Amino acid sequence: MTEVARRRAVRGRRPLILVLPAVCGLAFLILPLVGLLLRAPWRSLPERLSSPEVVEALQLSLVCATAATVVCVVLGIPLAWLLARGDLPGLGLVRALVTVPLVLPPVVGGVALLLVLGRRGIIGRHLEEWFGFSLPFTTPGVIVAEAFVAMPFLVIAVEGALRGADPRYEEAAATLGASRWLTFRRVTLPSVMPGVVAGAVLCWARALGEFGATITFAGNFPGTTTTMPLAVYMALETNPEDAIVLSLVLLAVSVVVLAALRDRWTRGPM
Amino acid sequence: MIRTVRAAALAGALAVAAVGCGTDTTEPAVDGSINGTVTVFAAASLTETFTELGQRFEAAHPGTKVVYSFGASSALAEQIKQGAPADVFASAAPKDMQQVVDAGDITAAPVTFVRNRLEIVVPQGNPGNITGLADFGETEPKIALCAEQVPCGAAGTAVFEVAGVDPRPDTREADVKAVLTKVALGEVDAALVYRTDVRAAGNKVEGIEFPEADRAMTDYPVAPLAKAPNAAAAAAFVEFIGSEQARTVFGQAGFDTP
Repeated sequence: MTEVARRRAVRGRRPLILVLPAVCGLAFLILPLVGLLLRAPWRSLPERLSSPEVVEALQLSLVCATAATVVCVVLGIPLAWLLARGDLPGLGLVRALVTVPLVLPPVVGGVALLLVLGRRGIIGRHLEEWFGFSLPFTTPGVIVAEAFVAMPFLVIAVEGALRGADPRYEEAAATLGASRWLTFRRVTLPSVMPGVVAGAVLCWARALGEFGATITFAGNFPGTTTTMPLAVYMALETNPEDAIVLSLVLLAVSVVVLAALRDRWTRGPM
Repeated sequence: MIRTVRAAALAGALAVAAVGCGTDTTEPAVDGSINGTVTVFAAASLTETFTELGQRFEAAHPGTKVVYSFGASSALAEQIKQGAPADVFASAAPKDMQQVVDAGDITAAPVTFVRNRLEIVVPQGNPGNITGLADFGETEPKIALCAEQVPCGAAGTAVFEVAGVDPRPDTREADVKAVLTKVALGEVDAALVYRTDVRAAGNKVEGIEFPEADRAMTDYPVAPLAKAPNAAAAAAFVEFIGSEQARTVFGQAGFDTP
């Protein structure tokens, strides 16, 4: 039996009962996007896109989402390593806490950030006193809000990769005299690189689309904190067509980045 | 269930027909003919007053139930145009009501039932030592304003023009409640919100009145909707909103009643 014939035989055994809901599910996810494309004002697209407000918002979005991803990578990889390799009691609880921002309504996340890092917040109060610096209504505030919401994506992806990695390579490195740090750097990290990249891409995409926590914690001021999703929301108030155009830009950027990175870096589906 | 839906649909059809014939809808409806659910789409700034009035309406008309959807007037107008099954629309801006009128979803002329004025709001204790509109043009205090796209932001722009102040906000929030939150948490030193919002926030904030507020009053129009599933109750509710009883509730909340 040739390879092709065997594959065909397997395909023949796929339950048809799954195909219909699968197609429905796909349609459900894709049709709203098609709606956006159909309603887009294609003719006036170039002039709408070249407006300084749009360029400003897009620039801010890309810078902030990238900075937030860097923050997530720097803090998230060690956290994922702790969750996957640590043998402390109560790690299960820590893992649950790490995923809280995934289920917390983003607006609530924004309020929580205000209560801690705001001008009267537990920590923010001292930032104000000692450095005369407060995070809300600033671009760093946007990065903090995005990182808070997006970090669990990276942590979960990297932790999964670490759990799937073969610990014997690390053990071998250790027996050959490598220090723990060297082992982590030269053995562990390269072996989970696809997971790190996949997690970072997801994290970046989530940060790019972040709205609730941003507007609640960092506010909305053009050029400082108005990212694309905020600009879309504000445009909906006066000019729905502008909102559609802005959404298309976000959509295009996300699709291009996700597609490019997935094919290049990650093995198989994310 | 099916029977009620049919009855409601019939009542709706009859009402539309009646209105089409030019019947005066302001006639008091006969008690007893009003029952079932009234779905009211209302601007977020009406949350407290409408909730209370809804309870009084239910008490006055046993068998009725008032259900609310509170939100930004523009979003509600959009939902109504897309065919949301609402009976009554109460907007915080004539502009959003006009959109619904233009779409043919309202047959009777909308009525302005309250007006709202802006007030300066500061955190309890006034840490920024704000005294008037002029402070909004300074660099030092942190300022929150409504986005210019929403009614409270447009009214703000108008009062600043009258006062000759060039405001320097740190943030332009999507709605008035978000602005108020920033003040209540002490994140900003001053903001412009409606007088009703200052009253509703209680002792977490302080309000400062200013004379230019008279020059940018916000009108709140209300109207029953053409496609109302429960037209009789919709007309009764709109009538109730204009009653003396309702005016007292609005007045206590800080609204001006025309």
